[in-house]
Amino acid sequence: MRDQKKRGHYNYALIISAALLAMLPLYVHVSGDDFYLDLANRLMILAIAATSLNLILGHGGMISFGHAAYLGIGAYSVGIPAYYEIYDGLFQLLVAITVSGLFALLTGAVCLRTKGVYFIMITMAFTQMAFFGIVSIEEYGGDDGLVIDTRSSFGNFFNLEDTVTLYYFVFVSLLISLYIVKRIMNSRFGMVIAGSKSNERRMQSIGYNTYRYKLVCYVLSGCLCGYAGALLGNFTNFISPEMMDWTASGELIFMVLLGGTGTLFGPLWGTVTFVLLEEWLSGITTYWHFFFGSLLIIVVLFVRGGIDGLLKRIRLTK
Amino acid sequence: MDWVLIITQLLNGLQLGLLLFLLASGLTLVFGIMDFVNLAHGALYMIGAYFCATLTEFTGSFLWGLLIAVPVTAAAGALLEISIIRRLYSKDHLDHVLATFGLILCFDTAVHFLWGPEGKAIPLPTFLDGRVTILPGIEFPTFRLSIILTGLLLAFVLYFIITHTKMGMLIRAGASNRQMVSAHGIDIKSLFTVVFAVGAAMAGFAGMMISPITEASIGMGNEIIIVAFVVIIIGGIGSIKGAFLAAILVGLIDTMGRSFLDTLLKLILSAENAETAAPALSAMAIYILMAAILAVRPQGLFPPKGR
Repeated sequence: MRDQKKRGHYNYALIISAALLAMLPLYVHVSGDDFYLDLANRLMILAIAATSLNLILGHGGMISFGHAAYLGIGAYSVGIPAYYEIYDGLFQLLVAITVSGLFALLTGAVCLRTKGVYFIMITMAFTQMAFFGIVSIEEYGGDDGLVIDTRSSFGNFFNLEDTVTLYYFVFVSLLISLYIVKRIMNSRFGMVIAGSKSNERRMQSIGYNTYRYKLVCYVLSGCLCGYAGALLGNFTNFISPEMMDWTASGELIFMVLLGGTGTLFGPLWGTVTFVLLEEWLSGITTYWHFFFGSLLIIVVLFVRGGIDGLLKRIRLTK
Repeated sequence: MDWVLIITQLLNGLQLGLLLFLLASGLTLVFGIMDFVNLAHGALYMIGAYFCATLTEFTGSFLWGLLIAVPVTAAAGALLEISIIRRLYSKDHLDHVLATFGLILCFDTAVHFLWGPEGKAIPLPTFLDGRVTILPGIEFPTFRLSIILTGLLLAFVLYFIITHTKMGMLIRAGASNRQMVSAHGIDIKSLFTVVFAVGAAMAGFAGMMISPITEASIGMGNEIIIVAFVVIIIGGIGSIKGAFLAAILVGLIDTMGRSFLDTLLKLILSAENAETAAPALSAMAIYILMAAILAVRPQGLFPPKGR
């Protein structure tokens, strides 16, 4: 009974946070300060990406060190059509999801044949391949990147040019992504994925082709992250191969781990902490990466289960 | 075809391959016997280069700088192993990756703090700075040639140590079955530290040898470390022989692809298409090679026995 009550509190806290987020533009409108809106936008987009990574990393035990590839693919799916003056948002999002899915399917088919550390490194290497692929195409800016002069538009209904519209678009996207991931985790399919994380051989012996299940999960995660990438491209107005740098993948993993792997809201908390810490530390010193790196080591050595785990532990000990 | 260019590029490929081998051998040994994924190996490559740059400035000679910087880098590696890395062995691979990613951030910032944001050039002594005639009509930079020679020498020494000495035996045994080695009363903890320090020295040495050509800079290890990973994946993680062959293969394919792929593609494509496709393809060539090899042999070309 008490546990259920606590869970109720937790849910209330979530609903209140969501409501506060929904009202943020109002505050910004009153105060006229765009900074928090931009911060929240970046935060929510990265949260979608982290949630998608969590689907394979936390839920499926597939440690992909190359998830930033999909951010890049998504962003270039907005940037390259925009370069040819195609601003149709539906088309761009469709391209982002399809190309990300295809990339995930092709690389995943090879990656998932390997295990453990091979998997980590090969996902990393494929992302590096995408990185160099983009760098070497001079037409789309190469090393220098590409400016997106006009954001996506959806017919005559609305376009993302206005920051507040973009904000709500991202906000709704985040809610829907979380809902989809929740449904996937709780579905029969999600159970098979979780099962093959904890004991793959047993799942195989009861007759599941775990390879196929994992590949589908890998592709779904790639599609979602590609979507996040398309939003990121719209948000930043400037895209470059840097987005797919392997350190960007490392940061995504850090967000997931910081929040706690395998839980629905863990990546969200992790992203919030990550982005705010980054903002705070980089304001204090130019050498903030040092403290950031130290923090990473400390989290690995001492904090188990991330922030979500910490919150749960606090709730349990109360 | 221009034979002079082909031979020069073959030598350049060999040089890149040997440099990669210096990095990959440490990486593969550390992974082979400690089951530890070390992303920060590239940071050791970087600090080796910076140590050498400062010591060269201090002593006034690149050779003295090199001679002192190698043991200093090894000591730094040992210190790192004892203070942080040792506590990570019992954790899983994800934790290794994250903690060493954190280490990279720390190292990069520390170098930025100590040496400033600019890169550091290392001047070469005059006898290494020229060109030598290796075949009638073919000249090659002396320094690049010395990288090839020292690389081959080091590869041979490493091969000898691993196949013909007691320590090499322990390393090979550790790569196959760690528990069994410690069950025989071997102090595996000290062995770990020594192997890590040797790996650090090799990575640092690679950094020192490349810096006179490119100069020491922040983050110089971050790009090449991925290629070193590709090398050990292709070679089979834990195998020195695999690392050597894969490093040479990757070095040659990368260099030759960058210089000759457009000429080859022009035979089958229009000149314009070939010129757009060639850079992209050659940049991705080694990753495609890796994917192809893994599709056939998921454990790499020479996986160590008993795994």
